[in-house]
Amino acid sequence: MIVRLATGIAPRTLVLLGVLLAVFASLPMLASDYVLTVLILILYFAYLGQAWNIMLGFAGLLSLGHALYIGLGAYTAAALYVHFGIGPWLSLLIAVPLAAAAGAFIGFLAFRFRVAGVYFAILTIAVAEFARVGFDHLNWTGASAGLFLPVAQYAHNDLWNLRGHPLMFYYILLAATVFAFIGCRVLLLSRMGYFWLAIREDEEAARAAGIDTFRYKMMAVMISAGMTSFGGVIYAFYYNNLFPEQVFNISQSILIILGPFVGGVGTLFGPVLGAVVLETIAEGMRTLLGGLGVDVPGTNQLFFGAILLLVVVALPEGVWPWFARRFGVAESKA
Amino acid sequence: MVPADILLNVAVGGVLTGLVYGLMALGLSVIFGVVRVVNFAHGEMMTIAMYIALTLFAAFHLDPLVMLVPIALAMFAFGYLLQAGVINFFITKPEHSQFLLLIAIAIIIVNTLLILFGPDAQNVQVAYAFDSFQLGPLIVDATKLYAGVAAIVVAGALFVFFQYTEVGTAIRACADNYTGALVVGLDVGRFYALTFGLGAACVGAAGTILLLLFDVTPTLGPAYTLLAFVIVITGGLGSMPGALLGGMLVGLTEALAGLLFTPSAKSMFSFAILVLVLLFRPQGIMGKKAA
Repeated sequence: MIVRLATGIAPRTLVLLGVLLAVFASLPMLASDYVLTVLILILYFAYLGQAWNIMLGFAGLLSLGHALYIGLGAYTAAALYVHFGIGPWLSLLIAVPLAAAAGAFIGFLAFRFRVAGVYFAILTIAVAEFARVGFDHLNWTGASAGLFLPVAQYAHNDLWNLRGHPLMFYYILLAATVFAFIGCRVLLLSRMGYFWLAIREDEEAARAAGIDTFRYKMMAVMISAGMTSFGGVIYAFYYNNLFPEQVFNISQSILIILGPFVGGVGTLFGPVLGAVVLETIAEGMRTLLGGLGVDVPGTNQLFFGAILLLVVVALPEGVWPWFARRFGVAESKA
Repeated sequence: MVPADILLNVAVGGVLTGLVYGLMALGLSVIFGVVRVVNFAHGEMMTIAMYIALTLFAAFHLDPLVMLVPIALAMFAFGYLLQAGVINFFITKPEHSQFLLLIAIAIIIVNTLLILFGPDAQNVQVAYAFDSFQLGPLIVDATKLYAGVAAIVVAGALFVFFQYTEVGTAIRACADNYTGALVVGLDVGRFYALTFGLGAACVGAAGTILLLLFDVTPTLGPAYTLLAFVIVITGGLGSMPGALLGGMLVGLTEALAGLLFTPSAKSMFSFAILVLVLLFRPQGIMGKKAA
């Protein structure tokens, strides 16, 4: 299995992977609390970007509403914990199928009627917004006033209930990111992975070749949604407070997709590299502006937008394909 | 139970507001119909127009309705330059590159407005803000009536332009057949810029009118971008009357939902309409064939 996964990958790439893993595993030892929070954000977005990439990168389906799955995961786990004392890992048994069902609902609406491209993207935003307004009025989860988890005590780490030091969340997210990376590689090498690529490249031709495009597109949405909801569970237990206005917000969806876009859509390294690049820029900008004493709201975001514009114009394929060509560490042609 | 006359008044108010929504969506429909680029900065462009109108009102006490044409012209120039200077280079790029480009533009617009005007909600107080007309049992707010009429006039002008002028016909040719338009010697890039300018003018006019009805904040954009999409899909792609009709339907639904349930939940009902339309008439109310 491992041999099969590694075949076709340049030795340099494997070395890069090993170095990357070692760096990520040992970084927290050197990092201050502030740097640790940034690292957690990087891994959070790397994981979510990987999950999102299954849809656009593999199956060619643009989702702009992944906040929906984050929100469903976060609220399911938090509500079950607050109301019934059920731990987050057990909640996954409900959260993941729930998010997958929401994805299936969107997929069913869209794919049955050939709602494609832009219209599919709009539908994903609309359903996420629908959920946002809905949760704003759902009293069981605290409505717009928010849902709060008992504040974490840092004294000891309770892995079963996800109560503890940020360091614990860092390593959970690192494990999730590694798992997602390998999982996506497995998916790409599977029969379904090849079907997805066929659908992405030419859906008509794929259908003509006998691929059940409806079924495999549904699979892509459901897998991506289920994976994303885990990110939501972590979100809930890391931040300890949930507001529909934040969790389901469209800007949350946009943040998720920026990483893979900047890193390179459809590649395995892209979402990880994109998350590193974007968070580093964002934090660097914050520190720089703070140091210069500029304190006008929006300045930071403005530069962020400008840098995004620059990336789109200068490296339209994303940073990873450029990096891979430059240093000869290309992924195997999938 | 809500009395019938109140229900009717709210419904009429909703339809009139909906006409302005329709005008905004018309801009999006025109841009997507011709240039095939999804204007993800549509709502953000509308907030630019709203702030121009707000500033002119605050500085010179110029009524937004009087400034409708100048502001629409300014937005036309903005749209033209944006298309000619930036977006035209992305026409042949993959769809997601265009997405990212417009999302970047949207982020820049929102935060520039935030830096310039601050995060607080602002509005204009015109002299006729509390006037109303009485028609039998019906009481119509003057601002909403003026807004609705202005929206119809602008939409009508656009319709005449596309149907009866030479430039309008040429633009429709570019939309129908890109290669064909190139073959007969049309400067497609210029017509795309013109179209984006027209779409921007539409949304600029809509924003100017909307300032009479609602407060403006820099972060208003994304919600209106989404609303414009909901309307265009509901009304039917590429149908100008469809955009206005979709706008009226959404305006009516939001007004009634605000009255009968709670105003904060009103947008849920427009999304519900979208889902119903996709379920039962995926081509949209006025659309001709499946999207």
